[in-house]
Amino acid sequence: MALLSNSAVLLGKELRTEFRSRELLTTTVVFILTIVVLFSFTFDPSASESRRFGPGLLWLAFLFAASLMLQPGFLREQNNDTLSALRLSVSDPFAIFLAKLIANAIFLLLTEMLLLPIFAILYNVHILAVFPQLVLVFFLGSVGVAIPGTAFSAISAQARMRELMLPVLLLPLLTPVLIGSTEATAALLAEKPELRLDWLGFLAGFDVVFLTALWLFGEYLLEE
Amino acid sequence: MTPPSFSPTGIRFENIEKRYGGLYALRRISLEIAAGECVALAGRNGSGKTTLLRIAARLTRPSSGSLSFVNGRGEKNETLLPAGFVAHATMVYDELTAEENLLLFARLQGIAEPAARAEALLQEVGLEDRRNSLVRTFSRGMRQRVAIARALLNEPTVILLDEPATGLDPQGVNWFAETIRGLRDSGRTILMSLHGESEVSSLATRAIQLDAGSVVGDTRTGANFRSILSFASA
Repeated sequence: MALLSNSAVLLGKELRTEFRSRELLTTTVVFILTIVVLFSFTFDPSASESRRFGPGLLWLAFLFAASLMLQPGFLREQNNDTLSALRLSVSDPFAIFLAKLIANAIFLLLTEMLLLPIFAILYNVHILAVFPQLVLVFFLGSVGVAIPGTAFSAISAQARMRELMLPVLLLPLLTPVLIGSTEATAALLAEKPELRLDWLGFLAGFDVVFLTALWLFGEYLLEE
Repeated sequence: MTPPSFSPTGIRFENIEKRYGGLYALRRISLEIAAGECVALAGRNGSGKTTLLRIAARLTRPSSGSLSFVNGRGEKNETLLPAGFVAHATMVYDELTAEENLLLFARLQGIAEPAARAEALLQEVGLEDRRNSLVRTFSRGMRQRVAIARALLNEPTVILLDEPATGLDPQGVNWFAETIRGLRDSGRTILMSLHGESEVSSLATRAIQLDAGSVVGDTRTGANFRSILSFASA
């Protein structure tokens, strides 16, 4: 119970500070918007072309944006050594991870939901009929990005060349999430939309495995 | 300051060693800080003061040796609440108000009535009028007041201070010294790292000198108080 209540309190803090400054959301939305718009004007894709490479482009953009968004998670805790204050206050350090990864997943999902309609317009793709299924895929994909992303953000915050460290560590590890999310999204945007349960199961499995690993070993990532 | 509602607690370091790769931060430190003592920890930069304090706060795990907290009868206290830790870094969020910071940490620590506790501490540190101001708008002295309020939320019996008065103006140092005096007189055990003699160091009842990770002087074993503190500022 202490874990859940501590996580809820910390999640409230994460959301409050972000919605007060809107630093992460603004940066990420602008970054993804730039990529989506640039590709749209460069290739001027038809509907069938969009269905073919659109999902891959979208998830690549989300992935790069996520590596930007995840970076400050633990870095900000170093400014005033607030991470030490948190470690002294919580009974289970996993609460710190849980709150941060939920917050990161929410921010990612929010960004994706904001940009999905723009993508649909620019790339001439119909999403309304499959919107709930798309939300499910984006939810599982975002959680899959947020779990290892939060863990590696804790590691890279203590490293030299930290700005380079996170993408270098994170992007190769997220290849399975990228493949699973892209395939599931592509199936939903196809001419005959289909909810691919195999890829959803794959994404859910990835999330469970990495969440368990973080729960077991997260404490060591915070040690000095 | 809050009246004592706790049993006095001492700190026992037994053969504490801390290595970072091949570099020794602490070398087989054995120290007994008695319950209710106010100890000044002196030494040059890199002598191991911060590492020792962070080990006492249980923020850093020693490479070898053990740390324990003991009551007045010398029995180990396994259920001790975390020590109150104040460092040069304020350990509070700039993007939150003073009150939000205290409420956040009070809730995380499971304090029964967080709002009432935050209110009481804001009054104690003289920030009740600025409770709704973001900490980033505060002066260094005001930030340090919030830091002290945060450290006292769970009414700790042990207070650890890592050069907390650095960067404070004379009024800030005065206020800080008065606060430490109140904590010391309430029976709390205080271990603080300092640079040189000051109003704060005059509150110490014992001084320990560290050099290159080892204890090289202790007023309990006959070392001179002033020479320990002047060594630190040399």
